Amino acid sequence: MNAAVGASRKMTSVPPSEPKGEPLAGLQTRLEVRGLNFYYGSKQALFDVSLIVPIHRVTALIGPSGCGKSTLLRTLNRMHETLKISRLAGKILLDGEDIFRQDVTRLRRRVGMVFQRPNPFPKSIFDNVAYGLRVNGYKGSIAEAVEKSLRRSALWDEVKDSLHKSAYAISGGQQQRLCIARALAVDPEVLLLDEPCSALDPISTAKIEELLFSLRDNCTMVIVTHNMQQAARTSDFTAFMLEGHLVEYQPTEQLFTNPSDPRTEAYITGRFG
Amino acid sequence: MSAWAGSRHRIVRKIISYLMLSLTSLCALAVMGVLLFILGYLVWNGGSSLSLDFFTKLPKPVGETGGGMANAIVGSLKLLLLASCIGIPIGVIGGIYMAEFGGKTATFLVQFTADLLNGVPSIVIGIFAYTVIVLKMKHFSALAGGFALGIMMIPITLRSTEQFLRGVPVALREAAMALGASKWKTIVTVVVPAAYRGILTAILLSLARVAGETAPLLFTAFNNRFWSPGWNQPIASLPVVVYTYALSPYDDWHRQAWACGLVLLGMVLVTNIIARTVLSRGISIPR
Repeated sequence: MNAAVGASRKMTSVPPSEPKGEPLAGLQTRLEVRGLNFYYGSKQALFDVSLIVPIHRVTALIGPSGCGKSTLLRTLNRMHETLKISRLAGKILLDGEDIFRQDVTRLRRRVGMVFQRPNPFPKSIFDNVAYGLRVNGYKGSIAEAVEKSLRRSALWDEVKDSLHKSAYAISGGQQQRLCIARALAVDPEVLLLDEPCSALDPISTAKIEELLFSLRDNCTMVIVTHNMQQAARTSDFTAFMLEGHLVEYQPTEQLFTNPSDPRTEAYITGRFG
Repeated sequence: MSAWAGSRHRIVRKIISYLMLSLTSLCALAVMGVLLFILGYLVWNGGSSLSLDFFTKLPKPVGETGGGMANAIVGSLKLLLLASCIGIPIGVIGGIYMAEFGGKTATFLVQFTADLLNGVPSIVIGIFAYTVIVLKMKHFSALAGGFALGIMMIPITLRSTEQFLRGVPVALREAAMALGASKWKTIVTVVVPAAYRGILTAILLSLARVAGETAPLLFTAFNNRFWSPGWNQPIASLPVVVYTYALSPYDDWHRQAWACGLVLLGMVLVTNIIARTVLSRGISIPR
């Protein structure tokens, strides 16, 4: 524990690290985080994090509770700004553009989010999916777009006869897929998933994982998970975080089979966390 | 002897259990009993005076039987409409500010003043409306009465709107904002719709509360034995009619006062029933 804190001090004293991008050679960058420091009030939650998220791949963030993985995820579409006490230094680029210089509503349309617990609106299934289209002034046929994203999230066959029923009438797993459909409806370039299966049973979890796999051709995904098997199953790249630091970022297979940092090894072999 | 209590102890426990059960049921019955007693008493004394005339005709002079209270019924409705125009928008929008935008100090100040305002005796609010409107205009008016009732509605709608908005889960706000909705759009399209049942119930409660107020109307709306055209003249209202008729020495007027009370209670009851039927439809957040 003390050793880790000592190491972190050493790390903050050096100039902003280079993005750990070597393993990503040959892949186009969608999101780039550069030297990100994040504070809740006076408490620092992220220390000089740099990370490249490649296009049309699934990137997983793993680490013990409180390591800052959810915090990092929430900065990627500026959801941290809902907390007044949060403060941030560093750069995040989406397709090369600084996200903090963009209109936040436009950014969030491009970078969607799925949360830990299914959180459908108290509206019908249809209206849930249509919500993002409506607030963003979608010009095309809303009904077609709703059907399309329900199909993409593999929910269409289960709900096509009850589109106008309450979104709370379906099971928790279906609700989570509805939330994914709702996020997909506005056609985001990036989808952030914050432990999307932690409230679901194994069968629903398997369905969501299958769904993530089918989505990666059109969408870049970043998933936060507690579950290392899930990270191994679903992601192409995995970042391991500890106490606000990005410890290691590798292709998933390499990180789980041949980690380069002893702390990563300790975590994935279950010696702590 | 075993370490566990014997059968005698078990019997004592059962007796206490039954005693408490009967006590709580008795209290529940007492609550219902009071309402049923009032309702029954009103029907018994005022039911016989209810007729079509009561709802369509003006009051008759003393000594003549018959006549109705159409002016007071319409008057009460007009006063409540005016009160709603003041109390509902200020209360609801203020509640939205407190729940969604207000800083700690601002929210505390508004909460505190609203709670104080809620505790101000209604007759004091009547005097306030009298000073601010009646004295300036130099005559009693429906406007002044509606103003007084509207002020009484503000704290109730404000505080309950705030409470119900705070009850909307943060997860719903985040979901809307993550889809690109601005804060204002999130409030209008997600937060308020998720809380509207509660807000509507609160509005109806506040309406029911001020519908029966007499004191603030005595020297603002005053009273009127005839129709009150427009909003600028003294106007009759059911509670004030009950007050004046019940104090009169005439049996016929007493009966009419009972009937007015019955109509007033009926109005509140009907709005409640309609609201509950409307509210039971639509999608609510499961608890």
